[in-house]
Amino acid sequence: MGTRRYQFVACLVGALALVGAACAPEEQKATEFTPGPLGAVTVEPGAPIKIGLIQAISGDTASLGQDQVRAVEIAIEDKGGNLLEHPVRTQVEDDLCKAEGGTIAGQKLAADPQIAAVVGSSCSGAAVPAMEILSGKGVVMISGSNTSPSLTSDLRGKQGGAFKKGYLRTAHNDIIQGQAAATFAFQKLGAKRAATIHDGDPYTEGLANAFGSSFKELGGTISLATAISKGDTDMRPVLTEVAASKPDVVFFPIFQPEADFIVKQAKGFPLLADTKKLFGADGLLSDTFVVIGQTEGMYFSGPATPTGPTYQELVGKYEKKYGEKPIQAFHAHAYDAVNMIFAAIEKVAVKDTDGTVHIDRQKLIDAMYATKDYQGLTGTLTCDKFGDCADAKIDIVQNSPTQKTIDQVRGNVLFTFVPPETG
Amino acid sequence: MARTNLVPPGPVIGKRAFQLPVVDGFLWLVRIAAIALILIGATRSIASARLSGQQWRDLVVFGIAQGSVYALVALGYTMVYGVLRFINFAHGEVFMIGAMTGYFVTDGLARTALWEAAPFLSLFIALICCMTVSALVALLLERVAYRPLRGAPRLIPFITAIGASFFLQYTMASLFGTSVKSYPEVEVLTGSFTLLGFRVLRVHLLVIVAALVIMAGLYLYVEKTKAGKAMRAVSEDQETAKLMGINVDRTIARVFGVGGAMAGAAGLLFGLVFQNVFFLSGFLPGIKAFTAAVLGGIGNIPGAAVGGLTLGMVESMGPSLVLVGLGIPAAHQLKDVVAFVTLVLVLIFRPTGILGERVSEDRG
Repeated sequence: MGTRRYQFVACLVGALALVGAACAPEEQKATEFTPGPLGAVTVEPGAPIKIGLIQAISGDTASLGQDQVRAVEIAIEDKGGNLLEHPVRTQVEDDLCKAEGGTIAGQKLAADPQIAAVVGSSCSGAAVPAMEILSGKGVVMISGSNTSPSLTSDLRGKQGGAFKKGYLRTAHNDIIQGQAAATFAFQKLGAKRAATIHDGDPYTEGLANAFGSSFKELGGTISLATAISKGDTDMRPVLTEVAASKPDVVFFPIFQPEADFIVKQAKGFPLLADTKKLFGADGLLSDTFVVIGQTEGMYFSGPATPTGPTYQELVGKYEKKYGEKPIQAFHAHAYDAVNMIFAAIEKVAVKDTDGTVHIDRQKLIDAMYATKDYQGLTGTLTCDKFGDCADAKIDIVQNSPTQKTIDQVRGNVLFTFVPPETG
Repeated sequence: MARTNLVPPGPVIGKRAFQLPVVDGFLWLVRIAAIALILIGATRSIASARLSGQQWRDLVVFGIAQGSVYALVALGYTMVYGVLRFINFAHGEVFMIGAMTGYFVTDGLARTALWEAAPFLSLFIALICCMTVSALVALLLERVAYRPLRGAPRLIPFITAIGASFFLQYTMASLFGTSVKSYPEVEVLTGSFTLLGFRVLRVHLLVIVAALVIMAGLYLYVEKTKAGKAMRAVSEDQETAKLMGINVDRTIARVFGVGGAMAGAAGLLFGLVFQNVFFLSGFLPGIKAFTAAVLGGIGNIPGAAVGGLTLGMVESMGPSLVLVGLGIPAAHQLKDVVAFVTLVLVLIFRPTGILGERVSEDRG
């Protein structure tokens, strides 16, 4: 009997303690700050505000991520390292430019309740799983270089297959890049028939398809829409098919090394030997590709390099800090992305008298989507409901004999495409 | 149906006799369906007149050239399998090292006067260098990674081979960087000429001729020389070969050396055709060459040549001839699928490969 009474008392004490523990903080919070349905980030006095970065920092595409990590670091320095009197800290996770990398990086950042927002990923393929994990936790994610239409929308109100609430980007949607390339090919080059080649990657496939549909809308014909697979070396069979379809221009927004094989082997086909028929995209605007002899005369599409004194200032800081010019095209986009996060946090954060900062996740997401006429380095950014924020401008450049380095090729702009207002 | 007669008598006979015709029938259905699909695809593709006769002939030449490279690499797999009954998965990397060596040698030679004055001599020098370096790497691999494991269960050297493959890949990556290395242009190899109605690129002719000469040399070496006889003896029965006074370790090392040299030559030819090499270049051709070896009948030297050529042709022709005819979009993306499906189909028709496995009965 004695033991039973003890057990009862112990249980009662335990239960009361639990109730007390559960109630007490709730009551305290209720007087100051009520978190929304997605919870909130609470930053204690002196603790840092943490921003997660999901970027490709190793492997073949390392320069894409490295460039953006550097831009984010400069953006934080420009803020004096502080936001709402809390230091800003970053946590960098490698997305490997692959879905697996995106999954791991997303899980790591989602597991840390202190991560207020995420800048990333570098590659569209990595964004799909990362977005899914982070969206489930209510963490807002904004990318400076994802361009696949499936991540947001087709810009005509149809949601992309991978879209999740809480995802935004400052990079252009490839629908626009496809339009730009198709407009250039059809109107400036006078091409009537075009062939497209992709390699099965969400980025290349999305862009090739966007080009195809725009080209058809303009009145052209897609003579052949084909694909290769990554790792292929013998492109002659596929080029035989391409040549047989008699295209005026071949659009292949793929990567190295497969693109190297295409340009080198195209030389053997009388119909494709003219390099002015070859058209690549931003994935090929690299210093190891443009030095290949057979790329002379080729056209490339890519995001326009921003202009204006504030951008020059960023380039100056970049060069001073890292000893080289920006290594890729998306640093300004990442700089704008992280500054949009800072602006949104400043807007929604609630500050206690002791300096504790509460950031409501739902309100942060809403504030990000509500961004309107934000003056960034890449233009005036306004987000639509699927997270496309870019003020997209696409340059078409040509690699001509006078261009030696990638900077010079990027500077040889033949045509700048500004999308018509879609509303 | 003959197979049902082989079922041993016993209590399960009723069940088996019922099952086997079902399996046999299913396999026959697969065979008939495969032939029907190929025929439908091919007729529709040819009837559409999408490609001209000239273009079809081009595809044949591309296939033979690609197949010759596969065949040379496949020889290394098949010889090692014939002697040791294990798949040397690092062989693709030996091939890649040959291609890398070819890059450094041709790149160096391209800066000298010899390149312009005597292009074929330069290429011959490059060939010797590639064959030597690859043979040395293969010998080293055998000495360090495989010989200590001789006599261990077959799975163990196999896993070691996978490890060695990664080791070689990333050694090359850290020594020479991960960037793509571009072969210099070879003036004499650019352009094409017409032969019996076939338009042949000069570089393809070089590849085909070189591969034929090297394979014929290997065949004579294995069949006519004393060292070749020793290899065949070791492949037949190691214990007995040892009793007959054959130095088994040396013979096995020789097999690796010769296989490595073939891979080195293939590496240079690959580099001359595709003009590019980087540290992962060996992976896919390695897998394909292994497929070619199995296709032709593993352990069988002429089989490797036949398998390589078949695979090259199938990859080159398959997507255009069959898949496009069946209305599959972006058919060339499925080139690898075509290659591996061919392997499966050939093994359904002939489980030992086109020319049959040639391994001694007691162990094979």
